[in-house]
Amino acid sequence: MDMKVAKKKLALKEKYKLLTRDLGWEPSYQKKDDIYPYIKYEGIKIHDWDKWEDPFRLTMDSYWKYQAEKERKFYAIIDAHAQNNGHLNITDARYLSALKIFLQAISPGEYAAGKGFARTGREFPGVGTQVACQMQSIDEIRHAQTQIHALSNYNKFYNGFHAFADARDRMWYCTLPRSFFDDAMSSGPFEFMIAIGFSFEYVLTNLLFVPFMSGAAYNGDMATVTFGFSAQSDEARHMTLGLECIKFMLEQDPDNLPIVQNWIDKWFWRGFRLLGVVGTMMDYMLPKRVMSWREAFEIYGIENGGALFNDLARYGIRPPRGWDDAGKALDHMSHQFMLALYQYNFGTAFHTDIPTEEDMAWLDKKYPTTFNKYYRPRWEHIRKLKEAGTPYKNMGLAKLCQTCQIPTVFTEPDDPTQLTIREVDYKGDKYHFCSEGCQHIFENEPEKYIQAVLPMPQLFQAPLSGDLVAWMNWVGLQNGKDNGDYFGSEDQKNFDAWRDLATRNV
Amino acid sequence: MSTVFIALQANEDTRPIIDAIVLDNPECTVNRQPAMVKIDAQGKLTVRRETIEEQLGRPFDLQELQVNLITLSGNVDEDEDSLTLCWNS
Repeated sequence: MDMKVAKKKLALKEKYKLLTRDLGWEPSYQKKDDIYPYIKYEGIKIHDWDKWEDPFRLTMDSYWKYQAEKERKFYAIIDAHAQNNGHLNITDARYLSALKIFLQAISPGEYAAGKGFARTGREFPGVGTQVACQMQSIDEIRHAQTQIHALSNYNKFYNGFHAFADARDRMWYCTLPRSFFDDAMSSGPFEFMIAIGFSFEYVLTNLLFVPFMSGAAYNGDMATVTFGFSAQSDEARHMTLGLECIKFMLEQDPDNLPIVQNWIDKWFWRGFRLLGVVGTMMDYMLPKRVMSWREAFEIYGIENGGALFNDLARYGIRPPRGWDDAGKALDHMSHQFMLALYQYNFGTAFHTDIPTEEDMAWLDKKYPTTFNKYYRPRWEHIRKLKEAGTPYKNMGLAKLCQTCQIPTVFTEPDDPTQLTIREVDYKGDKYHFCSEGCQHIFENEPEKYIQAVLPMPQLFQAPLSGDLVAWMNWVGLQNGKDNGDYFGSEDQKNFDAWRDLATRNV
Repeated sequence: MSTVFIALQANEDTRPIIDAIVLDNPECTVNRQPAMVKIDAQGKLTVRRETIEEQLGRPFDLQELQVNLITLSGNVDEDEDSLTLCWNS
């Protein structure tokens, strides 16, 4: 890049002041409470909105300039990827499963975040906060669009990409991120900032974008690396917005501390469960792996999150409530989740398979205390069943956690042989939970979570009435093409045939 | 002391920027990973415009960093001359 640097007319701090603060005004013929009606009901007390400042001091004129540059870089690579048969340069078509999950489950989340920040940009009275939220809203829409656009190149050749929009609303594993974002969007503006701006962006998205995108680079997927890092360059700003907002809330009034702590507890656990799916992508779906989910979590979760909570300790903030349980789950969660995805793979719009011997040796190296002891024997048993012509498919329907919507497949923090079963009776109905953390979140706001739309009850209601074929049509799943084992799939056959043709003249 | 870090895409734009960061923060650790470079430092890291300009041989607006930035950690403070990351604990 060779950008002309304009002659400095204004110092950055001065320019920021003029292009944010000075664009605001005090209303004279409407009451402030009427203009910003949602700002008080959560109990957060703000005395001076001008105390909030974006430390990057990014103004709209610079924003458009740099975002345009990012887009030019992005489209140059996307074009090259499409023009050069980039889809054949990936290590192996097994890798595509991770991209399908990304498109079905994560890109719609970006779009939801865009809606959420558009709303908070309107609902917060502070001008600096409004501008930063509006920029983030545009960023999130850009992320959804660039991801869909980049992955559309794969949709020309492979199964499982075509129905992501239907999957977002209907597919059982997609309601997990959907419920996460719906939960945040139906909260007040301050809770939304803690949910998405702080817990998700600061504590967790590094895990999603940094090691996973580096993994995409390792697997020859230029398109995904490009949208990933292009999106992540915005995340640095988003993380900073989240951190500044939390510091701002804590500095404005000591009464805000318990409210903020409660939200941190809730959203850390929700985010940890949600990103467990990234664990399966990193540990099982990348043919060439860059680091394990555990290693990534050590760097970006434990070390970086630990530094953050040490820093916030001066306000009285302590690490989130589920922090220790999360640490204990690290050696188990991706394996338990992956076993669940595999046994229900007749109902997933991506392929999974039994890990090869080489994969299992790698998993043992990365999870030396747990993989061989608890998970290898299960995979070997499943492999034996498959070889005997009686593959293990769980045709029953999963019991879902009422809070995070993941099947209740996780174990007790201190006993990996004991499935966690938690139940709560509320107003005559029974609700199930995957963990103490999710039960706690429900018990704080039962009236919210009893309204959750869960995919399994959808299947039993009219018009599907339990008909699996009708359900597949409804979610856009092509039986025998999109679902099932990777080995033997149309994707595998096509990829192998096309790659073979790419190096020969026949 | 907690670690702060900045991660940049590995490309021609960032090569002189990374050199400049190393010059200004001799104690930092440079981790080269596929497609990215992550620079860790204990407690504090400063990115200075002047050093980047010397490495680059042209004027540089620090906000250009946004284009190749992947992620960072720590409290941020930026003006036209420097970008600082720090943890207060």
